[in-house]
Amino acid sequence: MKQEIVKQIQENPKYQELVSKRSKFAWTLSIAMLVIYYAFILVIAFDPSLLGTKMGDGVMTIGIPIGVLIIVFAFVLTGIYVRRANGEFDELSREIKESVKG
Amino acid sequence: MKKIIFAFLALGVAAFAAGALEGEVEKQPLNISAIIMFLVFVSGTLGITYWAAKRTKTAKDFYTAGGGITGLQNGLAIAGDYMSAASFLGISGLVYAAGYDGLIYSIGFLVGWPVILFLVSERLRNLGKYTFADVAAYRLKQGPIRTLAAFGSIATVILYLIAQMVGSGKLIQLLFGLPYSWAVVLVGALMVLYVTFGGMLATTWVQIIKAVLLLSGATFMALAVMLQFGFSPEALFAKAVEVHANGEAIMAPGGLVSDPVSAISLGIALMFGTAGLPHILMRFFTVADAKEARKSVFFATGFIGYFYILTFIIGFGAIVMVLNHPEYLDLAKQAIEGGSPILGGNNMAAIHLSHAVGGNFFLGFISAVAFATILAVVSGLTLAGASAISHDLYASVFMKGKIDEQREMKVSKIATLLLGIIAIILGIAFEKQNIAFMVGLAFAIAASANFPVLFLSMFWKKLTTRGAVIGGSLGLLTAVVLVVLGPIVWGQIINGDAAAAIFPYKYPALFSVTVAFIGIWFFSVTDKSDDAKKEIEAFDAQDVRSQTGIGAEGAVSH
Repeated sequence: MKQEIVKQIQENPKYQELVSKRSKFAWTLSIAMLVIYYAFILVIAFDPSLLGTKMGDGVMTIGIPIGVLIIVFAFVLTGIYVRRANGEFDELSREIKESVKG
Repeated sequence: MKKIIFAFLALGVAAFAAGALEGEVEKQPLNISAIIMFLVFVSGTLGITYWAAKRTKTAKDFYTAGGGITGLQNGLAIAGDYMSAASFLGISGLVYAAGYDGLIYSIGFLVGWPVILFLVSERLRNLGKYTFADVAAYRLKQGPIRTLAAFGSIATVILYLIAQMVGSGKLIQLLFGLPYSWAVVLVGALMVLYVTFGGMLATTWVQIIKAVLLLSGATFMALAVMLQFGFSPEALFAKAVEVHANGEAIMAPGGLVSDPVSAISLGIALMFGTAGLPHILMRFFTVADAKEARKSVFFATGFIGYFYILTFIIGFGAIVMVLNHPEYLDLAKQAIEGGSPILGGNNMAAIHLSHAVGGNFFLGFISAVAFATILAVVSGLTLAGASAISHDLYASVFMKGKIDEQREMKVSKIATLLLGIIAIILGIAFEKQNIAFMVGLAFAIAASANFPVLFLSMFWKKLTTRGAVIGGSLGLLTAVVLVVLGPIVWGQIINGDAAAAIFPYKYPALFSVTVAFIGIWFFSVTDKSDDAKKEIEAFDAQDVRSQTGIGAEGAVSH
């Protein structure tokens, strides 16, 4: 890619909007996932018996629904991202591409 | 052990010849329906390979199936790469042996996916062509970066291959009573056929078909288990706690990750390792654009997550329906070691459960699917390893890009054959290792060498060739050395005792990833050469392409 075109795109307000919105969104979701996962790992590392806490009179421990919820949470997060990226972000990308052609 | 294998073989042959199963023969009958299903799979996949071979003409076809795979198809294929024999047999075996610990592994394997989607997948698609080294070397020096990336890829691929080979050996040993080494040779030969003739197109479709079959089979098993307990998880867990030797300990984190360093290190290896596995990263180049790349991850995360919940149920189901059931016990082993070992070891828990819930026919189906799983995964791995050798090492480093496509493909096919031979030899050498740990080791190397370089090349402007090469090599070296000095290789394999290890932790990622990042940072910021300046200046153009996809590789229509 030629240096002038790079510059032209970088100065395009749509490009700046895309980059800032998407990077904020992507990092927020990533940090959410990381915090939950490492919280889980740290509990296993330092206080594994916490996840072995009984939920009721039976043998079910809170560790099991928590584990399953982390799996579901991971999937929901990807869904949230793909929905916004395939709509809003792709629309901005398309407009930027058109401005380069024109 | 050899005696037992030969005993199985003799029993199998006797059963086949006599046609009547009685007495001791019933423990290891020759399962005709399983064999027929095996053969259907093999001939079906060879048919696909034939079809794909006719459509694989250019290097782009060979490496990326022409870029024409859809998001859903690719999502299934990625999930298929993940739902390997190590995941299916290893994790359900881990749940069977240790309960909750298996879930920790599953979660670690899964949570890397969302992060890959948010930060890596689109950029990867927009920048890359055939291998992840295309991305890492985009603005850096081709020679050194590709050499490093190729070594990281090959190390990861070979470790992962060992895990798959061990799985295939155990499976056929159990099902046919054939010697372990025969199965390993058979898998090695078939994967070479798929990859050399059918390239990425055959590899992807074999993977998709297997993913659908495995998901269906696992769903049936989990439903059959839950049905027994009136769909009450509490009833299932209560029964499992009652019969398992560890009792209530299986409901909480336990012996597998016994100390904080191991737990954190395993977490890092699984999360960053996912983003550094060459055979998975390669799949992002098989779709048309960033939109399809995103969809791939969405579908893949859903399928993988669902599959891991199933393996958890299957593992607990095996505790209830396989453990302490005499028909699945390895009596010869029990006579020597006591306890209640099952035939083929803990990794066979899911296979025995399939027999317990669905009889011989379903055992045949699941065994055939597990076999297809191994074939599909090793093919993807071999293709990734061969691409690293032909596209990165041979074409870009050795020939400096002055090479025609046909010759590059030819080198790729020779590399495939070589990898097949190496996989067979190592598969036999590593027969007795737990295959889930093997994959853990592959992840450590992917996380320490491939991921830091790839990630920083896309996100950190000041990265230079010197920083990437020195830091990445340090990460790779640290991971390999710590694995060699660790409890499995230095301990169990060399000295016959895990406690003899020089490095006490099984998972070195915490140390090796840190070494890699610090190394890359230090040797980049202290690099004041003119080349370094140019590399930093080239970041803007790379960044614009990675953000917008302008100039990215398109798809070929067939």
